[in-house]
Amino acid sequence: MADEPKVAPQEPAAPKPPWEEKPVPPVPADAREHPQVAEIAALVPDAVADAVSFAGQVTVVVPAARLADVCRACKDKLDYKFLVDLTAVDWKERAEGRFDVVYWMHRHGKSQRLRLKVRIADGVELPSVTGIWKVANWMEREVFDMFGIYFGGHPNLERILTWEGFNGHPLRKDFPIEGIDTGAAIYPDVYPPGGGPKKEGGEPA
Amino acid sequence: MSPEVVRPFPDSEEMEISFGPQHPATHGVLRVMVKLDGEKIIEAKPIIGYLHRGTEKIFERETYNGAIPHTDRLDYTAAATNNQGLVGAVERLMGITVPPRAAYIRMMLAELQRIASHIIWLGTHALDIGAQTPFFYTFQEREKILDLYEEYCGARLTLNCMRVGGQPFDLPAGWTDRCREFIDQFPARVAEWEGLLTNNRIWKQRTIGVGVISAADAIEWGLTGPPLRGSGVRWDIRKVFPYDHYDEVEFEVPTGAHGDTYDRYLVRMEEMRQSVRIVRQCLDRIPDGPVLAKVPKVIKPPKGEIYFSVEGPKGELGYYIVSNGEATPHRLHVRPACFINLQALPEMVRGYLVADLIAVIGTLDIVLGEIDR
Repeated sequence: MADEPKVAPQEPAAPKPPWEEKPVPPVPADAREHPQVAEIAALVPDAVADAVSFAGQVTVVVPAARLADVCRACKDKLDYKFLVDLTAVDWKERAEGRFDVVYWMHRHGKSQRLRLKVRIADGVELPSVTGIWKVANWMEREVFDMFGIYFGGHPNLERILTWEGFNGHPLRKDFPIEGIDTGAAIYPDVYPPGGGPKKEGGEPA
Repeated sequence: MSPEVVRPFPDSEEMEISFGPQHPATHGVLRVMVKLDGEKIIEAKPIIGYLHRGTEKIFERETYNGAIPHTDRLDYTAAATNNQGLVGAVERLMGITVPPRAAYIRMMLAELQRIASHIIWLGTHALDIGAQTPFFYTFQEREKILDLYEEYCGARLTLNCMRVGGQPFDLPAGWTDRCREFIDQFPARVAEWEGLLTNNRIWKQRTIGVGVISAADAIEWGLTGPPLRGSGVRWDIRKVFPYDHYDEVEFEVPTGAHGDTYDRYLVRMEEMRQSVRIVRQCLDRIPDGPVLAKVPKVIKPPKGEIYFSVEGPKGELGYYIVSNGEATPHRLHVRPACFINLQALPEMVRGYLVADLIAVIGTLDIVLGEIDR
């Protein structure tokens, strides 16, 4: 310790722990070359319209026409046996189709997850995936109920969280957050479907 | 693999009864339309939505921290794990690292919550099947956990006990001692309850071979949590995608073998013991330091989407956030464990007796607040 400096050594500027730094948000990156995406592209032609990786999660945008093929291939050939989640997102103003329908799959062997995304316009029917994953049944019913997206080939496409006779789809962006007066379907003569209680003469109360 | 529906009186009439929504054994406002032949279930159709509050719509007008109290009301028996899922998702979306002390506090709160939730399950499930005694003993223990919560955050049920970036408060003085006191005596209580039930002949008759679901079917139906583990699939988000500091603590993931109600019972009993083990390790290791990271005053995640899930007491509880760079989420979707577990109910009760329907509803451990959102 001969060459000990005379002044008390400055504490080496210890790097601040990450929780005291300004957080660095993740950045999206192109993921077309990602192995999980390449597998799908190799199995189903024209399946990958776009692929993004963000915060370690890979999203593949699939054309609606190829959705059934891609899901089938993912389940049977790529071992995505577990459909974790199925939901939709409303982008009311977007030109290239109003809704995103999002599928979030898991494979147990490799512990990997993958997100499929389909862009569709309002009123376009998507093929149901209930024949591929049984669990999709209630999830698709919920998406139908909340967004009004139709799934062709679904065994029982009914409303699930709201009631029969309810008008509108609550999670659409144009549905008012305070709700609409829908009446109650059990007394159709007093509360007609889609409207509030009627006064005599048909005027809303 | 339900038993074949054999109609004992082929010329008898089928009967359809509406079970619930105001039936105490349906654990809330679940309604099941059951088609019966005598006492055998031919078809069961759950009807839900009686508790729908539009939570996902409400999320869209709330700030991220403002959404946390709404998550308390999803699965209202497990508010801490609901909070943990939401704040975890936002933190990953913003790239925030949580201080270790906060992460350990979160793990303790979450594991205590798992115990509290399993306690409710055990008490009510046993009560439904006809064992009244455990109900009183179990709720006594739950009260102690709620006292610990009350001391930490002031609330007992709707905790609102986590924030984006860490914890709102540090642990109060003496909390760790009282927590240790609780977990030291708790395993003996679990043993006591098991003494009441595990080898009880009536309990075994009511649960063994009831509501059987195979491992392959369980994955196909998307089951998670104890119903999946009861079928023998070793699957726990805490192990598969560890969050907070679950990769630093040791615990086992118990599994069953037969996928019946009895195995799911054993799995949950063992999970309570494992949770005690985790809480004890957290108490030993919890470091000093801040409990809240440096986060902006207004939480504005960047444009992007994220799915983050935690292992709730009922199964995988996920949050899918789509942000367009504003202070409120564009879409915040909850992947509810109970909703998806309940979907398998018709499969699990077909061919069994009406009384078994009660047992299966109990063993799925559903909470309608999370199903209907």
